[in-house]
Amino acid sequence: MRRHLSILVIAIVAVVLTSPAAAQDKPRYGGELVFAVPSEPPSYDAHREETFGVIHPLAPHYNTLLRPDPTDRTATKIVGDLAESWTISKDGRTYTLKLRRGVKFHDGSEMTSKDAKASYDKIIFPPAGVASDRKGEYLDVEAVQAPDPYTLVFRLKWTSGSFLMSLASPWNWIYKADILAKDMRWYETNVMGTGPFVFVEHVRGSHWVGKRNPNYWDKGKPYLDGYRAIFIRDSAAQVAAVRGERAHIQFRGFSPAERDSLIQALGPKIAVQESPWDCALLVAMNHDKKPFDDKRFRRALTLALDRYQGSQALSKIAIVKEVAGVQVPGAPFATPPAELEKLAGYGRDIAKSRAEARRLLKEASVPDGFAFTFKNRGIPMPYEPVGVWLIDQWRQIGLNVKQEVIEAAKYYAELRGGNFDVAMDFQCGYIVEPDLDLYKFQSKDKSPANYSRYTDKVLDELYEKQSRAVDAEERKKAIREFERRLLDDEAHYLYTLQWHRIIPHSAKVKGWTVTPSHYLNQQLDAVWLAE
Amino acid sequence: MAIRRATVAEIPDVAERRSWFAVAGDFCRQRPLGAIGAVVVAVNILVGLSANVIAPYDPLATDYGAMLARPSAGHWLGTDAFGRDVLSRILYGSRTAMLVGFACAFFGATAGTVIGVTSAYFAGKVDLLIQRVMDIFLAFPLIILALAVVSILGPGIGNVIIAITIPMIPRAALVARSSALAIREMPYVDAARAAGFRHRRIILRHMLPNVMAPYLIMLTAYLGQAILLEASLSFLGLGVSEPTPAWGLMLRGAAVQFAEAAPWMAIFPGLAISLAVFAFNLFGDSLRDALDPRLKTQ
Repeated sequence: MRRHLSILVIAIVAVVLTSPAAAQDKPRYGGELVFAVPSEPPSYDAHREETFGVIHPLAPHYNTLLRPDPTDRTATKIVGDLAESWTISKDGRTYTLKLRRGVKFHDGSEMTSKDAKASYDKIIFPPAGVASDRKGEYLDVEAVQAPDPYTLVFRLKWTSGSFLMSLASPWNWIYKADILAKDMRWYETNVMGTGPFVFVEHVRGSHWVGKRNPNYWDKGKPYLDGYRAIFIRDSAAQVAAVRGERAHIQFRGFSPAERDSLIQALGPKIAVQESPWDCALLVAMNHDKKPFDDKRFRRALTLALDRYQGSQALSKIAIVKEVAGVQVPGAPFATPPAELEKLAGYGRDIAKSRAEARRLLKEASVPDGFAFTFKNRGIPMPYEPVGVWLIDQWRQIGLNVKQEVIEAAKYYAELRGGNFDVAMDFQCGYIVEPDLDLYKFQSKDKSPANYSRYTDKVLDELYEKQSRAVDAEERKKAIREFERRLLDDEAHYLYTLQWHRIIPHSAKVKGWTVTPSHYLNQQLDAVWLAE
Repeated sequence: MAIRRATVAEIPDVAERRSWFAVAGDFCRQRPLGAIGAVVVAVNILVGLSANVIAPYDPLATDYGAMLARPSAGHWLGTDAFGRDVLSRILYGSRTAMLVGFACAFFGATAGTVIGVTSAYFAGKVDLLIQRVMDIFLAFPLIILALAVVSILGPGIGNVIIAITIPMIPRAALVARSSALAIREMPYVDAARAAGFRHRRIILRHMLPNVMAPYLIMLTAYLGQAILLEASLSFLGLGVSEPTPAWGLMLRGAAVQFAEAAPWMAIFPGLAISLAVFAFNLFGDSLRDALDPRLKTQ
């Protein structure tokens, strides 16, 4: 009891220490920020990747056009990054951005709208053979134009309430047009941006180093001399690194038990920031393979899950918590709990759900003890505990599931290649916005991140319907329909549990604010180290 | 000093067959530590074979109401982070350890012995070539080579067996070759050659049976090593995957996360690994002593 009390007191002190009042200290120059990264970048190109393993070590080398205000905990206030201002036409279909002057790439050349256009063309209209993971997010874009060196114009096919948010995507790094013109895939293996830090070295399996960009356009920044990202896959080793003060922080998140152990070990030397997390673990079921192409089988898989018991149990040992549909609970477009319970697999009566699951399996001629392989990502938290939980739940409807854990860097090759039966996937947004949270689930020809590999034109229409809806109620209705089709009627995908973000870090780290996304605030331009 | 001639009656009957019980009895009397090792090994094998009968719970069954429960009458060794019974998982884990241990030791020692004896028999360039290849593999420590192989093949019990077997082969080949070099010079091998027997027959019928003693010793020694390697690979997340009960796997993840709050999650599987490896090593050492003619005469 005394131990828990002391942890609580230290936690309160730590939270107070990291409050905005404390953050008003005068920034100090110098020092090297050392942070642990639990995953390695599969490539260096953020336009094609979707793992924090790319964002965390590489984001400090780049800028985006806009970004969420790095001091805003909700990450919903948008500010300029390379764009200093923007206007939206009256019909809502033309976005004009004015770019900053005097921004230099790390090779000394000037960044202009030509570079921004080339980068966005690569993201929205990638040529054959060039992967763009989020092109489905920009279906509303008709054209990108650069009328002069410091003006960029986006013309939309229809109005979109989320377009400004899309321009603040932390993935949309601005690359140099001349390089892209020569080789569209150059950035997969090279680094060259306009960001606050210049690339020094990457030793695979060990570390990534960046040093201060002396010619950074935002005068006076960055505060740090440099940073070192150390790749540590094992969460216990990450905790040990922070505990031993060999790393200041791990930006993705720790489990409740790990937080408590750090607080207990380091006392006032540790600060804790927590936030709801716009992330959920999903299960992709490969529609190209039998019997996963049968919606009865897929519905049985979701009906087997006791999400409420799972939430209660797993939140004690992992970074997952809330039961949710396609939106973060409590968000404006989230389905209320009572309505959510009507979806397959969300009912409170688990015995009834599992009986229905068994009936569906029988109807789909799936024999008792049917075996399949579940591929999971080789990142322990929260993939490992959620994976064990899923296998146990499916076992209870008579399925025999073998787990295969794939190393994180190889994982996406397996998903992209469709080399799986059932696989863990995730949906992490950088801002809670339906367009951004749902574009992934469009048909595979529109969304390369649709790893269930289905084509569902009705779902595509529902996505567009909600995206174009001007009236909030109308949009809410469309989102509900989308959710019911995705998770219940067709059961294309399966949602497990929502994440909860916990960042215990060295109290020396200042100028960094936790947000609901582990993709945000990774430029490190405002971060500094106290003595 | 006068030399006395022995009478025919005094010469021991070399063909006299002793019962297994007698041999085992002698082994227990002369090498009690080895006997203890043998008993633990036998218990391990029996536990592995009968885990489904003796385990109090299904090793995969979760009980979220009993997560991280300390050892009690209901769960003798406590439960893990998913409420699974630790004792049942250890008992079933023995099955994984024995499967990997026996498979790796058998295939590693057998393949190594065949290669080693073949290399010694042919001698010359063949021997030189085989030995240089073996040297390349021997340059890597066992765990490093196993890690390299499993990282190429990927995790999974089959791949773990291959990954552990490969580094064992050159080690077994080296031992077998040194024994076979002496056997190669024996008159009965020359006689077999002179009689025109094929190489394969000479190797299989005349040389291999005579390296049985080192082969058996390697087999027992490699069993312990294989169990330890399997546990290491599983601990590193490169071995068998959850929810399969495996001792090394039980030491990672939540066992590390809750090492202070629920130490039983790590202590008991750790003890199981230590006990099994210790027992195999004791048994292997005693077997080596028992089968070594030089030590026998002492």
